[in-house]
Amino acid sequence: MLVFLIRRIAQSAIVVAIMSVLVFTGIFAIGNPIDVLISPEADEAERAAAIARLGLDLPMHEQFLAFAKNALSGDLGTSFVHGVPAVQLVLERFPATLELALLAMIIAVAIGIPLGIWAGLRPDSKAGKIIMAGSILGFSLPTFWVGMLLIMAFAVSLGWLPASGRGETVEVFGIPFSFVTADGLKHMILPALNLALFKVSLVIRLARAGTREVALQDYVRFARAKGLAPRRIVGVHILKNIMIPVVTVLGLEFGSVIAFSVVTETVFAWPGMGKLLIDSILLLDRPVVVAYLLVTVLLFIVINLVVDLLYSLLDPRIRLGGAKA
Amino acid sequence: MTAVNPATAAPSRVQTPLKRFVVEFLDSRVAVLGLVVLVLIVSSALFAPWIAPQDPYDLSKLDIMNGMLSPGSADMDGNLFWLGSDEQGRDLLSAILYGLRTSLLVGFSSTTVALAIGLMVGMIAAYAGGSLDAAIMRLVDIQLSFPAILIALILLAVLGKGVDKVIIALTAIQWAYYARTVRSAALVERRKEYVEAAQCLALPRQRIVLRHLLPNCLPPLIVVATVQVAHAITLEATLSFLGVGVPVTEPSLGMLIASGFDYMLSGEFWVSLFPGLALLVTIVSINLVGDQMRDVLNPRLQH
Repeated sequence: MLVFLIRRIAQSAIVVAIMSVLVFTGIFAIGNPIDVLISPEADEAERAAAIARLGLDLPMHEQFLAFAKNALSGDLGTSFVHGVPAVQLVLERFPATLELALLAMIIAVAIGIPLGIWAGLRPDSKAGKIIMAGSILGFSLPTFWVGMLLIMAFAVSLGWLPASGRGETVEVFGIPFSFVTADGLKHMILPALNLALFKVSLVIRLARAGTREVALQDYVRFARAKGLAPRRIVGVHILKNIMIPVVTVLGLEFGSVIAFSVVTETVFAWPGMGKLLIDSILLLDRPVVVAYLLVTVLLFIVINLVVDLLYSLLDPRIRLGGAKA
Repeated sequence: MTAVNPATAAPSRVQTPLKRFVVEFLDSRVAVLGLVVLVLIVSSALFAPWIAPQDPYDLSKLDIMNGMLSPGSADMDGNLFWLGSDEQGRDLLSAILYGLRTSLLVGFSSTTVALAIGLMVGMIAAYAGGSLDAAIMRLVDIQLSFPAILIALILLAVLGKGVDKVIIALTAIQWAYYARTVRSAALVERRKEYVEAAQCLALPRQRIVLRHLLPNCLPPLIVVATVQVAHAITLEATLSFLGVGVPVTEPSLGMLIASGFDYMLSGEFWVSLFPGLALLVTIVSINLVGDQMRDVLNPRLQH
């Protein structure tokens, strides 16, 4: 286990290093932010001063070395547009994205597992087929378009739920969260549903496949023969055993939920880090783009590591030592 | 659609794999419906310049007076706008047909290029083995551990807007799937007797890989590729919606949906709704075809 951890962390460090070089050279090769940042009327002296202030006059490798040195101490530069440290900007937006992603995961499990089990127990019934057709639809619908339809239906036509923003937030340990207030929760429902859609389809498929397999096993037959109530068989014996793949996949998908929140946040004007990324790309605010990407890469590495560890705890058949990390 | 080619069907009762595939594919009515719809969509996109009521790129044909017409209304000259028009007086049906061209172009070309690259890399990995194989597969693992949209955003932030750039980004995302699929298929196939037999015949390595190994690795690859086309089209639409995909001058379906977003809130739903439906129908039909192909080609389900 320890060997696995050390190897994994060393590998992750290499990935982060390579990513930072790629991201830096890539991002800094594009556009000239000066054109965006300085008014066209500015004279030559003002221009030069601004370029020097942002360090854009140095050759590329010197810019990178300065960047790398600061990055190691947690400083990824200052936002060209907002004038505050980029990491701080990204981290400030992180709680909003996190709570949205978590609610989306909860929705995905709460809807996906019952439907998947239902479809798995009666794969040839009408309901089972409708559920599966629905999951194909869920895979096919583009997230942003569903988001727009949700806004049109529930915000514009029915007027039940707000279409954008975070609503009222309450600070918990100094971090603002929406889910604690009724107004904030109302703002969260549509974006979280939107973000959950794809994962609901995924969970349905996993739960259905798992149920079909498990339902034929001897211990389920035995439980049935013993005269256990069907509810107990499904709720305990089947549910427990289909959870392993569901938990693993959901863990791995958590990262992709955070990445996909870029889309949902743009549609619903949710002030998370995904929206920050899109705004920054469009404004050529390089340090923020780099900071977002590096923070996300780190997040991913941590998530993957935790999922691998959890997996081995949940399923004793998996041995980490031999597995290629 | 003719299910069985009479020329091959008549003389013998021997089932070629292709024939069995066709027959089994036609088993599912839903999949056949998907295929028919897909053929209709692709051909209407191909023939858009001839069937579209209007050339949406020709600014001289647009009349601002026809802006935001609702679906089914006609302009002064009696030209019918089946699906309404956008704010510049562009006929939405025509815009959708032309948008489909861009979307399908991006989807199919990026998948094809990625397929070729993945095929080559995967074959090399499987055949070379050893440290080269390990290096390639590690790269694939790392890339696949990041969600596609994140990689696409990074690449497009670097490359900038443009149809060609979106194709490059989508190719860079997809190749890893194919490389992995091909490698695992090739590793299984190369242990089979026919490869051994070919080696005993002292056939050149190149010939064994290209003529013997490759055709037998294709089925799983085709399944992955079908589903990936749908993914690529969705992803392109998403990127264009976010404003980092195709430029305004070559609107894809995603772009059309995005430009209708603001009008949607004020009740002019058609500008966004109809391109979205077109996108949805395209993707669903591809997925239906892909699902059935997977069932038919899956060796575990074969009888």
